[in-house]
Amino acid sequence: MSSLTTPTALDVPRIRADFPVFEERFNGRELAFLDSANSSQKPRHVLEGLTEFYEHSYSNVHRAVYELGERATAAYEGAREKVRVLLGADSTREIVFTRNGTEALNLVAYAWGLSELGPGDVVVSTVLEHHSNFVPWQYVAKRSGAEFAMLGADAAGELDLEQLDEIERRGRIRLVALGLISNSIGTVNPVEEVAAWAREREALTVVDACQAAPHRQLDVATLGADFVALTGHKMLGPSGIGVLWGRQELLSAMEPFNLGGEMIRSVSERETTWNELPNKFEAGTPPIAQAYGLGLAVDYLTNVGLDRIEAHEHDLTVYAMEQLATAEGVSVLGPPPERRGGIVSFTIDCAHPHDVAQILDSHGVAVRAGHHCTQPAMEHFGIPATTRASFYLYNTREDVDRLLEGLAGVRATFG
Amino acid sequence: MSDLYRELILDHYKNPRNHGELDPCDAHAQGQNPLCGDDVSITMNFSGDDVSEIRFTGRGCAISQAAASMLMELVEGKTVAEVAELPKEELLDEIGVPLAKNPARLKCALLSLGVVKLALHRARGTALPEEWAGFEER
Repeated sequence: MSSLTTPTALDVPRIRADFPVFEERFNGRELAFLDSANSSQKPRHVLEGLTEFYEHSYSNVHRAVYELGERATAAYEGAREKVRVLLGADSTREIVFTRNGTEALNLVAYAWGLSELGPGDVVVSTVLEHHSNFVPWQYVAKRSGAEFAMLGADAAGELDLEQLDEIERRGRIRLVALGLISNSIGTVNPVEEVAAWAREREALTVVDACQAAPHRQLDVATLGADFVALTGHKMLGPSGIGVLWGRQELLSAMEPFNLGGEMIRSVSERETTWNELPNKFEAGTPPIAQAYGLGLAVDYLTNVGLDRIEAHEHDLTVYAMEQLATAEGVSVLGPPPERRGGIVSFTIDCAHPHDVAQILDSHGVAVRAGHHCTQPAMEHFGIPATTRASFYLYNTREDVDRLLEGLAGVRATFG
Repeated sequence: MSDLYRELILDHYKNPRNHGELDPCDAHAQGQNPLCGDDVSITMNFSGDDVSEIRFTGRGCAISQAAASMLMELVEGKTVAEVAELPKEELLDEIGVPLAKNPARLKCALLSLGVVKLALHRARGTALPEEWAGFEER
């Protein structure tokens, strides 16, 4: 990380040229794609690399003894190493490939939560969480007799850590689940502080980094968390691949999650023993090409530079918030740009978010509208839904201008 | 401008017909579109075999709320059997905007019709079409 130096600006036109989707015209115009927090677009490096992989290196992994099997296994395990380096993890034994971020979080909830939690225990999630780091904990708490506690937030959508004292009085804190960056309003949560608080109580911290890993440099040791989940499709990779990083001693001690092929060491009528890490958590044929594709995406992101991507998105966020502040009837949710990722969620007084998104689509502007799988957060703000613009390395200030132009169209129709 | 938002839609959205709640009522149902968070609640009264009065409340996008308003006008005064068999095409014709290439918004448009069919199903035992069977699962 180069926090002491200002990263050099991105060459966005050149980056855009790497993404075939920007060659197409939508409603007659170049696409202003402001929905990368939902899922990102893919560069040729990933798309062409996947085709080449399928054409020249594809077979199942870890079991084929022929040449292709060796190539496929090397590609799959090579991707694991790339993810390890990206996260600053000690060992590839700590990198588990899953289907997506949701499955990574469910893995911890089921494999750790169901066997470790019981009456008297407290599991903490937050009001800002995506449902994938909220519902599994609420569910396993109910199944195991533990208490589920929701850490609240203030009016700006920043976590109210003072509530932790009250939550602690409810029982033994066993685990805190929180996101690094809120997907619906963009808040950057104080994960290091929360993880330190949890560690003092011998509790675990599970971090949903799905909105962070694509956009900034992460280091699992610095975070101080025990588990970190991320997903490939939001970081230029294919869908169908996610990652769980977990501390080795925890993963070793944990019960398995999915059961079947690949995750076993030996099977007999009387007893089955588990394979070593990370295979113990990768039952069945894994998402082979998807993992390889994620590795290619990591190459691309690393080559561009995550610190430069973060700075670029910050610039766009500042600009978007300045522009939206001047737009009639628009209210932006969440904290100031210094404490948010490249996500700007807003409401407009005259129209429902879905109608806003529909009209923006007619202007060639793609945004997400809805509750963003964060209904507790929407309830916190007293609204059913928002319109959300999210930025990535291929976005420009012109995309923000197009958003504003589209919002003028919304006002012309509904105002 | 998107052609979804023609004048009639905006008029029903801004000035919804039969908006409110009948209390007491002979039939009631509520439904959501989990994708959008659209929510529609419908109450109705019967006079013999006719749907004599019908009201709706709800929140959501212009399409879902305008469609509910239009449906009220379509349904009031019809017989229970007619409403239970009312084809969705009739409501879509009324809405009159191109939703075919937009399946997500089609769900918004048809939410209120599903809720009406559910209310009749519960109060009068009429068939609940497969399309809305999910409303009974909770």
